Parts: sequence; structure tokens; C-alpha cells
Amino acid sequence: MFAYTTPLIGGLLIGASAVALLYFLGRIAGIAGIVWGAVSAQPDNAWRWLFIAGLLAGPLAYHFLAGVPNPAPSPLPWWQAVAGGLLVGIGVRLGSGCTSGHGVCGIGRLSPRSLVATLTFMATGIITVYVIRHVLGEYLP
Amino acid sequence: MKALIGLICGLVFGVGLAMSGMTDTAKVLGFLDVTGQWIPDLAFVMGGAVLVTLIAFRFVLRMKKPLLNPRFSLPGTSVITGRLLAGAAIFGIGWGVYGYCPGPAISALTYLDDKTFMFVAAMLVGMAISNKLAPG
Repeated sequence: MFAYTTPLIGGLLIGASAVALLYFLGRIAGIAGIVWGAVSAQPDNAWRWLFIAGLLAGPLAYHFLAGVPNPAPSPLPWWQAVAGGLLVGIGVRLGSGCTSGHGVCGIGRLSPRSLVATLTFMATGIITVYVIRHVLGEYLP
Repeated sequence: MKALIGLICGLVFGVGLAMSGMTDTAKVLGFLDVTGQWIPDLAFVMGGAVLVTLIAFRFVLRMKKPLLNPRFSLPGTSVITGRLLAGAAIFGIGWGVYGYCPGPAISALTYLDDKTFMFVAAMLVGMAISNKLAPG
């Protein structure tokens, strides 16, 4: 199968999910926003917790039914997971959105804010990987 | 009914993330590593998702209201602020440090790697810090 088939189908499914959520509930499928709404006990919250349950059940079902093994665990150290998580959490609240909220939904409704946010986090993500792998990487064991 | 929609949308979204490779940090970091061994696959994830939303959102947002709620809940502001830029920049750095953004991190919890739990816990702490220091 063409190497980009599963990423493309996966992307179409993500898009379809975002469209359905907007069509039925009038909500933006921004995962960070949904998670924050769930843990900060917003009113009318059942759909958020069930969305998160689906987000967990989806990969379980996919790997089991399609017979695709789970991705290998990250070789990076635990402190890098903590640092990454902390920065993602701080940035996502400050910047009002994540890859799905700004990238998939915001661009989908032609929001200039979301386009700018998406270009910004793509750029800093690329720069960060460049610095870690190709600048610092030269000096690390 | 609303809860059921939430469950189904989450399920489809989660299958999409796992299928696309977004829950694999090696692929995400490979995608961001444009000057190294670039793995372009994930461009098709964003491309496919945006293709669907760009077309279908037009029609959905022409409706007076969504099917099951009295109104659409959309962000009210369209001003590009320093806060937006700073937040997006920090978010991107965190993404590049480990390879997860929020959705894939949650979905990847099912792979039961303890570092993913640390990432998600730290992410929730980060959200709370941001909310405390810069509410709004």
C-alpha cells in the first residue's frame, strides 16, 4: 500500500470527527480545550468525558482490529517527557489552542488567528527538533 | 444523545490519530526534523483533516444552529495578540521536545508507557499554571 495512505485516511477521519462535532454540538474539536473543560468541571460536561473515553478506546480498537502493533515507546529520557508536557500545557492555554483546535478546526473555518498560531507552532517545533538533534546532539553522548 | 455524539466523535478521532501515526513520537519528531532524515508522512494527516474541515465547515456554519445545541460555541476574538504568538511558540517548543501534542498524548496513554503518563500529568500542570498566572 502507498506509504501515505494510512496518514491520509487517519487525517480524513480526524476531519470527519471535527465536522460531526460542529454539526451536532456546535463545538470545536480542540482536544486541549475539551480536556481542560473536562478537568475544570465545566457545565454540560458529559460529552467531553465521553469524547476522552473515545480518544482512548479508538487506538485500542484500531491496533487490535487492524493487527497493527503499538508504536515503540519513546527512547527519550523521562525528564524530556515532563519538560515537553509542561511546555505544551502552558503554551496551549496561553495560545488558546493546539494542533487540532487551531490546525484542523481553526484553519477549517479560515480563522487568521489559527493560521498564524499553526505556522508559529510548526516553526518553533521544527526549530526545537533542529536544535536538539543537530546542534545539541553533536555534544550529547 | 449529546454524550453519545461525544463518544463517537472521540472514537473516530482516536482511530484517526492511531492510524495516521500521530501517536508515534518517532514519526512526529521525524516529521519536524526537516533538515535531517525527514519523514513527510504526517503532512498528509493535517492535509487530509484540513481538506475535510475546509469544505464541510462552510456548509455546517451556514446552519442557524447546531443540531443538538442552541448555538455554535466558537472563539469570539479574531485579533492576533502577543499572547497568542507566545503561547503558540511555547506549545511548538514542547511539541518538539518530546513529540506529542495533547490529542496523541491522551490516545497514547493506552500504550501504557510510564513516560506518556508523565507527559500528560505535566501537561495538565502546565495548563493549570497558565490558567493561574494568565487567566482569560
